[in-house]
Amino acid sequence: MTYSGERILLNSQREGQVSRFPAWVMIVVPLCAILFQVYVPLFFQFLGFVEMPLLVVVYFALMRRNQISGLVLGAFVGLVQDALSKNPLGLFGIVKTLVGYFAASVGVRFDVEHGFVRLVLSFFFYLFHQFFYWVISRALLGQQATLDWRKMLILGLLNAIVGVSLFHFLDRVRETS
Amino acid sequence: MESFLNRYRNITVLLLVIFAQLVLLAVQVKSDQDIPLIRVWAVTAVMPVARVVEAVRGGITGLMDSYILLHDTHEENRRLKEEVGRLKLDNNALKNQLNLADRAKALQIFQSRTESKTLAASVIASGAGSNSKVVFVDRGSVAGVERGMAVVTPEGIVGKVIAAYPTASEVLLITDPDFAAGVVSQKNQVHGTLKGQGTPTCKVDYVPFEEKVEVGEWFYTSGDDRVFPRGFPVGIVKVVRDAQPFKEILVEPSGLQHGLEDVLIVLAAVHQAIPEAPVSTGPVYIAPPPPGETAQPANPQPNVTGTEADKLRTMYKELGDAQNHKFGEGLPGTKPPDFNIKLPAAGAAQPGTAPKPESAPKPGTPAVPQTAVPAKPPARNAAPASPPSGTGLNPAGSPPQPHKPAQPPSAAPL
Repeated sequence: MTYSGERILLNSQREGQVSRFPAWVMIVVPLCAILFQVYVPLFFQFLGFVEMPLLVVVYFALMRRNQISGLVLGAFVGLVQDALSKNPLGLFGIVKTLVGYFAASVGVRFDVEHGFVRLVLSFFFYLFHQFFYWVISRALLGQQATLDWRKMLILGLLNAIVGVSLFHFLDRVRETS
Repeated sequence: MESFLNRYRNITVLLLVIFAQLVLLAVQVKSDQDIPLIRVWAVTAVMPVARVVEAVRGGITGLMDSYILLHDTHEENRRLKEEVGRLKLDNNALKNQLNLADRAKALQIFQSRTESKTLAASVIASGAGSNSKVVFVDRGSVAGVERGMAVVTPEGIVGKVIAAYPTASEVLLITDPDFAAGVVSQKNQVHGTLKGQGTPTCKVDYVPFEEKVEVGEWFYTSGDDRVFPRGFPVGIVKVVRDAQPFKEILVEPSGLQHGLEDVLIVLAAVHQAIPEAPVSTGPVYIAPPPPGETAQPANPQPNVTGTEADKLRTMYKELGDAQNHKFGEGLPGTKPPDFNIKLPAAGAAQPGTAPKPESAPKPGTPAVPQTAVPAKPPARNAAPASPPSGTGLNPAGSPPQPHKPAQPPSAAPL
């Protein structure tokens, strides 16, 4: 199946190509993303803004186009992230579950091989993630979390740029049909 | 029903997963307890990998420092390259060893001096989440670490253990907004509550506006919180603003200033004294009189300065001298000197009386009372005006040392 380089919207679900990944990739890559999150900022504090687990969830959800696998991966990564933070278990879990589900839903409609689409979706899902994190921490946990929109937009853009590069790298570990 | 579930399978699974996590959250919030099993699994799975990564990073860093970065210089001269490379290798290795030894020695010295029982640990990871202010250390419940224990460095407090897993522990840093600890100022013993703000500085709350706190003053743990033993340094005051009803005080934490690598976990806390604040009235240097100017002091009566007791003592001594009486001699019952006779005022020549030569000041002596400090600059190794002295290993950093009270300035010799 070939795609037009210009089109970013798919006419039908059948046009989209479902990517497959080896099982070890589905385990190792999220684990590496979580390790990155807990380890790299120790030495490079400026890299603390990169939400690597989120980008990995978005990538696999977009590329596999399967809502259930997307939400399960999101829930798993989110819960591990919760376990390694001081948050109550479920805070990142719920947010990433939603991200995984909706990313897989969006992946059905868009040509996710397109670089610009990936940039926009990464940016959008970063904002989505931060907004729902803020909502849940305020509404369910009663925390006095603040939402700095300007900072969020800048970090969203930076994460999107990192995301495009990461997606390009992860494309290489896809199984070729 | 089956067709309904098939049709809405995805959304059903989503709702189920979300609901399960909501229940998980609700249980934790309602019972105010954690679900330790999931955290133990996660930490036990991730932290060994983090240790391996840390070991690999150390190896790669060593390789980068010692060989790869020097590779370009090899082309100039093979013999020189080999020699320089070998020397730099040795040098780097020795420097690394020295740094490690210094850090370890500083911790060891602090550990031996403090009365609290402590356990050395290394930071191996930070908490997940981009705004996280927690770290993981490589000692857990197997090593005796428990939730609620204080974490310190020789420079100051670092945080407290909020979860102890078998092989690692989670430490909430003092910069986290959820952190709070009882503190007390060094000079005026003003009590307050240290709170993290999510920024590099912390604030000290609940200090009434009428209390006196100065910029540059040190805060120490008060021991009120039952987590940190009394007398550990917290940080130095950077900003003080008057506000109602409490002062707004910002403190720069001393324990986090030089990065976090090695820490001490306080296993058994022992309260200790807060070092005394340095007294501002130290010995004062008095310069010699300018050349060409008469050395006659402005006040020719050196004995009239000082306290009332000094004046009385000087007057009695002069009265005794005038009557050839020596104080401290003679048996009980002997006649005391007459304290009512009038002596001529020194320097003011009265008719018929000559001033006593011994009471006149000698030329060249400065206007210093007999009981005053001699004109002498302060010793170079005198106790500094800044609060606590360091371990002696890092004078530039001058880390505070809580258990060893600052030496008060040397008393003026009388």
